[in-house]
Amino acid sequence: MKLSTLTLAAIMTAGAAIAGPVAPADVVFSEGAVAASLSGQPGDVANGAKIMSSKKLGNCIACHEVTALSEAPFHGEVGPLLDGVGDRWNQAELRGILSNAKLTYEGTVMPAYYKVDGFNRPGKAYTGKAADGPLDPLLSAQQIEDVVAFLMTLKDE
Amino acid sequence: MKFKAMTAIAALVISTPFMASADADDDQLVVNGEIEMITKAPAPAHLADALDEVISGWHMRSDETQEMQADDFDNPAMIFVEQAQDDWNTVMGTKDKSCASCHDNVEDSMAGVRTVYPKWNDAKETVYTMEMQINDCLTDGMGADAWKKSGAKMARMEALISVQSRGMPMNVAIDGPAEATWEQGKDLYYSRTGQLDLSCASCHEENYGNRIRSDHLSQGHINGFPVYRLKNSKLTTPHGRFKGCVRDTRAETYKPGSAEFIALELYVASRGNGLSVEAPSVRN
Ligand code: HEC
Ligand code: HEC
Repeated sequence: MKLSTLTLAAIMTAGAAIAGPVAPADVVFSEGAVAASLSGQPGDVANGAKIMSSKKLGNCIACHEVTALSEAPFHGEVGPLLDGVGDRWNQAELRGILSNAKLTYEGTVMPAYYKVDGFNRPGKAYTGKAADGPLDPLLSAQQIEDVVAFLMTLKDE
Repeated sequence: MKFKAMTAIAALVISTPFMASADADDDQLVVNGEIEMITKAPAPAHLADALDEVISGWHMRSDETQEMQADDFDNPAMIFVEQAQDDWNTVMGTKDKSCASCHDNVEDSMAGVRTVYPKWNDAKETVYTMEMQINDCLTDGMGADAWKKSGAKMARMEALISVQSRGMPMNVAIDGPAEATWEQGKDLYYSRTGQLDLSCASCHEENYGNRIRSDHLSQGHINGFPVYRLKNSKLTTPHGRFKGCVRDTRAETYKPGSAEFIALELYVASRGNGLSVEAPSVRN
């Protein structure tokens, strides 16, 4: 909801020059990858690291171990170790995996961070109650870009 | 599976401090030095394509938590069992009866009962959880008010009844008239819910033994229920636990006592067929 208003505002103010955030429903995937920045802006590496470690934001380390984030407590082992992931995938592929991992890995347990519909019994965050309006994506367009920027720094020397 | 292997290799190679050992340990659970618990068993036939072995969640807990369950003096849940023993002998309702009026000694009359619940109730023509049977006894048998579904009184009575079956293997029937409900439970088990789009199987079948944040994922069995949870110092019923797990997928949960959770309880109980009744177990 918040985001589509944002998109509209961006289109009106920025005109054709800079693209605003792409709404979750309008993301163009090509073989699981997403070519263009979702926010139209570059990502912030430090903020990406924060989002990945924060339980309230990406909570990525709940499932993944990342050596570069070893300061943060409790890394999980449900997903693969993310060290070197910037060599394994390019930016567009990582953006795609984050936005909707199921298009890269069929049937994966990794949540889609930029998807707002097609869910069974969607809830109102973690209350256990039914959602009372359209869902926000788990991460905003800019947050996805920040995480992608951080992941791109994870390269094996 | 693939990633378990990967993480195991990663752990060996870099052995970072936060990667504690995954998978189930090989400890043995003997309660009070006498009740030998079956905490690992060959998977029941209906699970053969999914699992080779069923493993109690006890194996995924820390040594300290495991030890609390090995002795009734250390098990904080036993106080609730004692309270339920008082309830058992208390006259309630308009018919001037206690549970004991009909069932005498709980030790004798309730031995083995827990192993077969939930089960088909012929007269009611539906699958009954132990909770439903207890509430029928209260209302029809005793003329008393029903207890709150999954509430504290209910949980402790279930614990008292379950204790009488400790060590006996779970043996829930899934065929005959219960089959349709069991199938419904199975569907629910494999249905993804919520914005995280995860099913019970995503965590407890595909990822048991792996850590998810600070928690060590078990196979999600209910042979130890009601369970005493250290995090809130209370007994939790199967439906209470299911609700928490569904909520954690960012979904609208089902209600304790709902038809969905009754079906799910039957199905989840059947996945643990062969494991000993461990109630009241201790978990974090
Ligand atoms: C509930 C578990 C879970 C969460 C939470 C999760 N992931 Fe994943 N992720 C996985 C799994 C499992 C895979 C492997 C794909 C598969 O086979 O299912 C994966 C794969 C990946 C990959 C590809 C890894 C490689 O080695 O090539 C990247 C990159 C990734 N995740 C990043 C993230 C980021 C960033 C977040 C948070 C914003 C995140 N994940 C949150 C489970 C998760
Ligand atoms: C996002 C991951 C996740 C999902 C999905 C999930 N659970 Fe859990 N569950 C956990 C965690 C973490 C625990 C605590 C550690 C443990 O015992 O496995 C747990 C514990 C349990 C336990 C207690 C086991 C014990 O020995 O004390 C049961 C029973 C259970 N879950 C059943 C279910 C059922 C049924 C579903 C689906 C309706 C489900 N879970 C979905 C994460 C999940």
